[in-house]
Amino acid sequence: MTPRDHDLADESPAVAENEAVNRREFLSECLKACQLAAPVLLGVIRVPLLEAQESESGGYDPAEHLYGMGIDVSKCIGCGQCVAACKSENDVPLDSRHFNTWVERYVIGDNHVVDVDSPNGGMDGFPPVATEGGIRRAFFVPKLCNHCASAPCVQVCPVGATFTTDDGAILVDDEYCIGCRYCIQACPYGARWLHPEKHVAAKCTFCYHRLVQGLVPACVEVCPTGARVFGEVERRSTPLARFMRFNDIQVLKPHLNTKPKVYYANLDGEVR
Amino acid sequence: MQGFIYPNEFELYWGLLIVVYPYVTGLVAGAFILASLERVFNVKEVQPTYRLALLTALAFLLVAPLPLLAHLGHPFRSYEIFLTPNRQSAMAMFGFVYAWYLMVVLLLEIWFDYRKDLVLWYRNETGWRRWVHYALTLGATDLSEKSLRFDDRAGRWITIIGIPSAFLLHGYVGFIFGSVKANPWWSSVLMPVVFLFSAIVSGIALVLIIYMIASMLRWKPVDMRCADKLAAFLFYAMVVDVSLEMLDFIHRLYESEESIGILTQLIESRLFISLVVLQLALGALIPLTLLGLTSPALSKEPIFKVPDELRRLIYLASAILVQIGIFSIRWNVVMGGQLFSKSLRGLTVYRLELFGLEGLLMTMALLALPFVILWVLVKVLPPWPEAEAELPEPGAGADELPSATLP
Repeated sequence: MTPRDHDLADESPAVAENEAVNRREFLSECLKACQLAAPVLLGVIRVPLLEAQESESGGYDPAEHLYGMGIDVSKCIGCGQCVAACKSENDVPLDSRHFNTWVERYVIGDNHVVDVDSPNGGMDGFPPVATEGGIRRAFFVPKLCNHCASAPCVQVCPVGATFTTDDGAILVDDEYCIGCRYCIQACPYGARWLHPEKHVAAKCTFCYHRLVQGLVPACVEVCPTGARVFGEVERRSTPLARFMRFNDIQVLKPHLNTKPKVYYANLDGEVR
Repeated sequence: MQGFIYPNEFELYWGLLIVVYPYVTGLVAGAFILASLERVFNVKEVQPTYRLALLTALAFLLVAPLPLLAHLGHPFRSYEIFLTPNRQSAMAMFGFVYAWYLMVVLLLEIWFDYRKDLVLWYRNETGWRRWVHYALTLGATDLSEKSLRFDDRAGRWITIIGIPSAFLLHGYVGFIFGSVKANPWWSSVLMPVVFLFSAIVSGIALVLIIYMIASMLRWKPVDMRCADKLAAFLFYAMVVDVSLEMLDFIHRLYESEESIGILTQLIESRLFISLVVLQLALGALIPLTLLGLTSPALSKEPIFKVPDELRRLIYLASAILVQIGIFSIRWNVVMGGQLFSKSLRGLTVYRLELFGLEGLLMTMALLALPFVILWVLVKVLPPWPEAEAELPEPGAGADELPSATLP
């Protein structure tokens, strides 16, 4: 009992005092318990996201994984948290011309006119829709590097500075890239950019530095609606596998045969 | 900006220097193919421009990698293309194609062609010229009939290898663009072929310009049979080139794929001046009409009989217009492919810089440099017919120095 509770007890009738103390005590203990259990609970939630990080030998073995991302378009609310998280996690310049991930807003009017925008990559959210007439459909589409299994950027890199890791991520070797920008031209998704200070190609890495520590990419971690799902592509009991079992899955620009590993659910045909 | 572009597309990643690169490489390939006309196909009329065409090709080839180098984010890492090339990459082959063309084709051909003259010049000369020419013989000063026959045969074989190599050099540059499936403006199987024929057009036109201006500066008459023949070849090459471009255009329009809407917008707005006005009207239709009406080499009775002086002017004007047209083709390919969004929903703009590594001044310097190199080459290796040294009379003593005329 705290001194303040003693004071209360002195001033109140016995029955009321017991009830009050019990309720207060109960709530306060609950809060304390939550405080203590939060890290443990969050840990429990996180573990199934990226399971089996440790290989049998102890260290992280990329050959044991194949990663991909699922995006449920119907869940994205266009808050831009993912864009902001990505920028701060990966040292992406804070200007409006360089993004590893961004969010596009599609507004399809009753007149079938498709209006797409992505102000500042969607990082600060979106202004109110300015269309005349009714809206037929409207939705947000998060975009990022598709980490294609047949990546055109990897094919065209003259020195092999862009490469595919064993666990399926497409990365750029900063120390090796000559800055010819052929990969930027070859990417059908506009996912690559030239780093203005390092003068090398840059792109989404699936937060590779986090993957190897058993963490999910920053954009997945901060998404408040769970629109982004990350995990193993080929294992059956993972969130991504579940996502792909229970949704109709599409990829972007399938006719280019790049075999993307970013899988969209509830994707509209207008999205390119 | 107009419509929607992906946020990463605000910046155009390939600028003016990448326009210069295929333009210069095209001139190399074209000039070489022109030179091979005389050597392999025995077109005697163009003989006065044979050596000039080879030297032009060399001067431009030496400059060809510079725009690429200046454009790289890390030029000092460029050697990695040779050391650890990614064999799947079209661009990785550039170094090898370039080295093959420079070392095996151009330098060897020029050396075999000039060797006899180099030896005779050095024997006749004094001062620095003597030593430069001696060094260029690489010590091979044998002028026996057998060795001269070998020179000729070797030169001929190198030209025969050189023609497909020139095709490879520029067809390959076309492939770098044509194989980018992400870009509907570039992705076309016709791209290497169009590049090749536009290269031939630009090379012939360039040699025609240089030949005429050099004749003027040297106060020598222009060989009109040669000029007429060059004009005729220019006309033929342009007919093929424009036909291929039209085929590409009609094919795209008829297929009318997903990208046709944005590409139509692109041509109607961003590329109207450079494509419709410069490339098609000024760069193709007007020169084709001028040449077609006046060149006596096209038919025995040209539609308009024009006096030599006027014809020379018409040829020169046509060839300059053709250069503008071909530069516009390169611009339209390289810039056109980046001015629309790969979302196919919007257009962006190119902001030309004046200064800086990729600016206008740098570009102009790079375009002027080949002419400086050519001037030096012409001083060291005069390509004019009258500069060719005569062999000593048969039976003349070895000590007797043959007579040679130098400009």
